[in-house]
Amino acid sequence: MTTASNILLKISEAGLVGRGGAGYPTAAKWSAVKTALKGKKQGYIILNGAEGEPGVKKDGYIVKHYPDAVIDGLYLAERFLGPEKIKKIYIFLNREYFESYGPGLKRVLAQKKYHLFSEKTEFFIKPERLAYISGEESALLNLIEGKKVEPRLRPPYPTAHGLHGRPTLINNTETFYNVSLAVAGRYEERRFYTIGGAIKHPGVYALPETLSIEEVLRRTDNWPSRPFFVSVGGEASGEILNSGQLSSPVEGAGLVMVYDKERTSRHKLVKYWLKFYHEQSCGQCSICREGTYRLEEIAARKPFDHKLFWEIVDGLEESSFCALGASIPMVLKSYLNNIKN
Amino acid sequence: MRVIINNKELSGRTGQTILELARENGIKLPSLCYHPDLEVKANCRLCVVEISGQDKLAAACSTAIREGMDIRTDSLRVKKARAINLELILAEHTKKCGDCLLSPDCELLHLAKTYKIKTDRLDNRKKGRKTYRFANAVEIDGEQCIDCQNCVEACSRQGVHYLKIAGSGSRQEIVPDSQGKSACVYCGQCTLHCPAASAQEQSDWPAVLRLLQDKNKIALAQFAPSVRVALGEEFALPYGTNCEGKINSALKRLGFRQVADVNFGADITTLVEAEELLERLKDKKAAWPMMTSCCPAWVAYAEYYHPELLDNLTTARSPQIHLAGALKTYWAEKKQMNPKNVFVVSIVPCTAKKYEAARPEFRRKGRPLVDYVLTTRELAYLIKRQGIDFKKLSPSSGDRLFNAGSGAAAIYGASGGVMESALRTATALLGRDNRSKLGDSRLEFKEVRGLAGFKEATLDLAGRKLRVGVVNGLSNLHRLLPRLKRYHYIEVMACPGGCLGGGGQPLPTTAAIRAKRLAGLYEIDKGRNIRRAHENTAMLQYRSWVKERRLGKELLYTGFKKSRGSILTVINKNKKPLLSFLH
Repeated sequence: MTTASNILLKISEAGLVGRGGAGYPTAAKWSAVKTALKGKKQGYIILNGAEGEPGVKKDGYIVKHYPDAVIDGLYLAERFLGPEKIKKIYIFLNREYFESYGPGLKRVLAQKKYHLFSEKTEFFIKPERLAYISGEESALLNLIEGKKVEPRLRPPYPTAHGLHGRPTLINNTETFYNVSLAVAGRYEERRFYTIGGAIKHPGVYALPETLSIEEVLRRTDNWPSRPFFVSVGGEASGEILNSGQLSSPVEGAGLVMVYDKERTSRHKLVKYWLKFYHEQSCGQCSICREGTYRLEEIAARKPFDHKLFWEIVDGLEESSFCALGASIPMVLKSYLNNIKN
Repeated sequence: MRVIINNKELSGRTGQTILELARENGIKLPSLCYHPDLEVKANCRLCVVEISGQDKLAAACSTAIREGMDIRTDSLRVKKARAINLELILAEHTKKCGDCLLSPDCELLHLAKTYKIKTDRLDNRKKGRKTYRFANAVEIDGEQCIDCQNCVEACSRQGVHYLKIAGSGSRQEIVPDSQGKSACVYCGQCTLHCPAASAQEQSDWPAVLRLLQDKNKIALAQFAPSVRVALGEEFALPYGTNCEGKINSALKRLGFRQVADVNFGADITTLVEAEELLERLKDKKAAWPMMTSCCPAWVAYAEYYHPELLDNLTTARSPQIHLAGALKTYWAEKKQMNPKNVFVVSIVPCTAKKYEAARPEFRRKGRPLVDYVLTTRELAYLIKRQGIDFKKLSPSSGDRLFNAGSGAAAIYGASGGVMESALRTATALLGRDNRSKLGDSRLEFKEVRGLAGFKEATLDLAGRKLRVGVVNGLSNLHRLLPRLKRYHYIEVMACPGGCLGGGGQPLPTTAAIRAKRLAGLYEIDKGRNIRRAHENTAMLQYRSWVKERRLGKELLYTGFKKSRGSILTVINKNKKPLLSFLH
């Protein structure tokens, strides 16, 4: 029998951390929601499978190949928090994933005979062309509530004050998948890596989570023969590293994007980032809304105002509201510091 | 809790933010989006501070203090981050300082100077954005908006939900609701919370300046109860200071021929309204409860959201309309002036009064009774613009035909004040009818005073139980409407605290400031020789004159109509034509 304490113990022993990118300990998050639900309160469970980070494909891979385990992970969350405590369970997917893999997930829901659980489960499809930021968990809450899609101030945290002000457990697809493995005693400390770019065998791979970036590329027979550099974590928000800096594990959402050093236009790459961030900034805080607009503008203007450009980049690093704005300096600075022409 | 700010140990309370603690201790922190009335949004990023042991700077408005926190508010790092944020914000704000009401005390300008902002590195990116005009009262100018979202929240807090954010990122824009489910009621709470003059009143001051220069026209000013306890704030006088004498002098210096006090008009409203209350009490078919109608934003709200209540609204005209009617008829006759040459300018704490003045039912002989309406802010601006040293003005009195009203009139500016005034008079009138002294004895109705959003009481009106309810802040209506039938008499003021917190009042207006303006009004009430409207003999003389001339219908009463929406005009600066429609 899987009792609540048993579930938590197994998650805790497996050392699960969130796979959305931030790496927050799963057991701590689940306990926080359970504590917040004490008394008469009801809450929500949300599976975040929007996968808005460019280049990352592992959530799609997981719902395609392991719909059973994903649904089991959600079911365990509902058991753990108490079925009577959960008003609704949302499966948040982008349209492409929903159209391709939604039927599979629905089939599993029907077969499992989880009855009430299945009735409470609802798919929430990410509207097309919706900002990148909608994958951020508090912005996601605003999206479901029909509000402007922008991150919320923290505290309060979604665990206690989430959807409609109620305690809410939000985890990434891979996290729920891992929970089902951990509770079944089958978790093997692996994670899903998306490998893409200038390589021979792009795709999603499940490999030990402790592997270095170099090992990930070598084990998948993807070590490039030509000079290269990589973006690690996510194509837009990942840190840029050269081929001599690959001894640390893969962070964030598990992406390794390989760029051919000689064939990548420095100009085009920076332009891509600046355009991406300007388009994706939600508009809430001044430094990100205005800063991303101006960075793109300054980069397109001659003469290039070097001083102003970097003042804005520093401003983003120091004072942006959420991680989106703060990742711009990281991407630009790591690229310029690590990749010498 | 002990906290260190700039090497100085301070003691704070649990739950307090860094910004609150700093301001409490006189440490200045710049901020544009922060407003004590509103949720903390932390979107302007100007109040950032450095906290030891933390990588990123933190927004002081959204960070709670912790024991032993070591904070710097003035380090080079902090100043640098603020400066770039300010430069970016200034570059999205089209500067129209030349004739901007806020320019004499503009926080943006002040910060630009303090942080030595370069203003030539970035082009103005919002030039050409649309302006949305709501009737003739309020407008949102997209060219000046700095995206703080305060207006949207202020509108939602009113329960109106008319202002929305469209789009995202650098393309986002404040727009009126396009779903057709809400209507602007012109209350102007958006203008009271906008730090960048994007949401503001539609200015009448240029027209007033032209009027004052026209020697063939007789320009009369009339100012409302709440203006006198708020205008001083614009000139660094203590909150709540009664400036009525100085206002008389200032208006005459500006060139008005004569100044009348809307308090006199309030006494007319009180008498007419109290009589109606007593008539309704006698009439078995009357609609109950009777509701006040001197707040034009509430009237606009009722006409759109609750047309079923229009029979409940009292038909007594509002004070500014009463007095303007008196000025253009009785006053003109007594002074032997041609009414055609008389122009009335109201100075009010309100943006919706502009809309009220333009309503067709308040026209007489083809002209509006009130020709122009200025907010308290517009008057302050005119005084400053004309170089008048307000603080040094010696007080003077206004027109002698129309006095400055009773104490009851003064409290019209505070939530509960209209009701208290009407009750003072109604009890007295009843007492007279019943030949009993009992009813006449009650003067103060403290049950209906104060800043609470909803107040109720059961009062004794010469032996008859009268259930009354008082609402200020339109969103508080939800506490009353489900149980409406329980009441006999309801006062509704659209703005928090009543007119003293009106959309045309000085910036900032906060709960603490409203409390001081309120105290100022009740002080005036206490100090007046007469404290009941019906004791105002000059007003009674006017009233008799109206009766003699059979002008009651034309000058004392009004009516209401169901509305399909608010009047929206979109000004597209890239194209010529104006587009005006019900929306």
